[in-house]
Amino acid sequence: MNAMGMGTLTGGIRVRLPHRIGLAGLTALALLAAGCSSGSSGSSGGTNWSTVTTASAGGGMAKLIAAAKKEGTLNVIALPPTWANYGNIIKAFTAKYGIKVNSANPDGTSQQEVNAIKQENGTAAAPDVVDVGQAVALVNTGLFAPYEVSTWTSIPATQKQSTGLWYEDYGGYMAVGYSSKFGTITSLNQLLGSKFKNAVALNGNPTSANAALNGVMMANLAEGGTAGSIAKGVAFFHKLKAAGNFSPVSATGASIKAGTTPVVFNWDYLNLPSYVGVPNWKVFVPSNAVLGGYYAQAINKNAPHPAAARLWEEFLYSQAAGGGQNLWLQGGARPVEEAAMTSGKTIDAAAAAKLPPVSGTPVFLTQAQNTAAANYLAANWAKAVS
Amino acid sequence: MPFFAYVGVFLLLPAGIVIVNALKNSTGGWQLSAVTELGNPLVRSYFIGSLKLCVISCVTGAVLGAILAYAVAAGNPDGVVRRLYLAVSGVLAQSGGVTLAFAFQALLGPAGLLLHASWYYEFPWGIALIYAYFQIPLMVLVFMPAIDGLKVQWREASENLGASAWQYWRHVGGPLLAPAFLGSTLLLFANALSAFATIAAWESQISYIVPQQISTSLSSEVGLSNINYADVLALGMMIMVIVIMTGYALLQRRASRWLR
Repeated sequence: MNAMGMGTLTGGIRVRLPHRIGLAGLTALALLAAGCSSGSSGSSGGTNWSTVTTASAGGGMAKLIAAAKKEGTLNVIALPPTWANYGNIIKAFTAKYGIKVNSANPDGTSQQEVNAIKQENGTAAAPDVVDVGQAVALVNTGLFAPYEVSTWTSIPATQKQSTGLWYEDYGGYMAVGYSSKFGTITSLNQLLGSKFKNAVALNGNPTSANAALNGVMMANLAEGGTAGSIAKGVAFFHKLKAAGNFSPVSATGASIKAGTTPVVFNWDYLNLPSYVGVPNWKVFVPSNAVLGGYYAQAINKNAPHPAAARLWEEFLYSQAAGGGQNLWLQGGARPVEEAAMTSGKTIDAAAAAKLPPVSGTPVFLTQAQNTAAANYLAANWAKAVS
Repeated sequence: MPFFAYVGVFLLLPAGIVIVNALKNSTGGWQLSAVTELGNPLVRSYFIGSLKLCVISCVTGAVLGAILAYAVAAGNPDGVVRRLYLAVSGVLAQSGGVTLAFAFQALLGPAGLLLHASWYYEFPWGIALIYAYFQIPLMVLVFMPAIDGLKVQWREASENLGASAWQYWRHVGGPLLAPAFLGSTLLLFANALSAFATIAAWESQISYIVPQQISTSLSSEVGLSNINYADVLALGMMIMVIVIMTGYALLQRRASRWLR
């Protein structure tokens, strides 16, 4: 390049040699510091909690609480405070046991949680526990430590892994939330009408986000499709786009409040009027398309704080009035121990009554169906809605 | 030597990692088949999308930015207008990302304050408009020194010899500015190619361009996450830039041939 070209590109700025050396030195130092974070201590006292599979095997709840308090910290990841009441759950845990909770990357996805486990392995900042979508839990069991909480028998057999590598925690049904300015919606086909121009949105890209994939699958079921093939769902969104009703803006709290996305396909616990913060927000679950989705808990095999991780799980699955299951229910999510708690009368009845009414048999996607849907979307989604 | 170390760590090492990972499969063995994915029509559509957006964005930015730079440079060199424009350009050239996308959405989106532009969510027009917001100031910043290099005496001399304005630009000003113009356009192209945060905030339900697809490959929670595929896409972007740079180098040689 000639002199004029070079000078033009950098605008004539030249960094002096000593400054350059200093800059290089500083960056090298920063890299070294980041790379050499201190290792983690796995065991506390005599018990190595990272291999303990139940609280009683480790010497009982009291020993677990003492060991967790000694560790003093818990690393969690991808837990937005307004998602299923996680903000209050974290506060309640810290208030009860005095253990500090480091919440990293609150807007992360399930895949990012697993990536963090792999990439931060051996450091003190690695996540101790994860809350991931079913698909991600199923393929990453090699990263998890088996553990069975005290209320293990209250979790339905189909909703946990038999040796305790993962166990479902809360879930909901895919619903359509909408502003009441549209009247009352009773069927998805109404969304093709002209008053919904640019109004209907998903919560993310279906090839990337679990909630969005389930949104398309719910439309699929409502249009008469089966869980084995998501083609009718994609066709529905294609029709929506052709009618000019599909909004490419991802539905987030901000976009809903701004009125940019007045109709949203999202889990019912994320479509609660109180969560969304918009007055007169309504929710409906199509009677012929009840698609359920639960998330799953797992403990990192190499958790830097294994006792605290196990205590967290005990807290989340506790059926007490202030325990995790009821706190999730207050966030509008259905706790996995709902059936056991209803018959045992430990459930928060007022919160349970606020859940949107659901009729019809719920469908849960199997891993094979999930994979087939994801592959179909990868090949056809962009074409259908762009 | 320290500069080489700096470049090595931040440029050569990541590039090396991308190339190596693109040739590996998920269990760590070597495979070439992922690279042949680049011929897949779906993948090609992402690259074409990226190319469309970058070309539109760099051409509008270059042309409008050059005109604006010329207008500002023609004024008083120590004047308020010039200093103001350069300061503002310095700030706007770095703007982008979520705040910019949201600002445009608030202005032109479905609930827009100014108007609801139906083309705002059409690819590539809406996003090209947003990109122009930082491409034009960037062009002004990098092209201004070149225009300053055009000596007034040359214009005077050509007018003395009877040249019209068109002839001046065709034979004197144009060839002088061409290398710098091309270099700046290339900078704008690279800037648009790698921009991700802005388009991710503009819309995130469809992947139009390669960076969006790389993001999906790295963080998909429905099982489509594939780090090797992401590295293959990144390799594809590197190849694209290498091709463009080769074309630029050839064009540069031609544009500055009268200097040799």
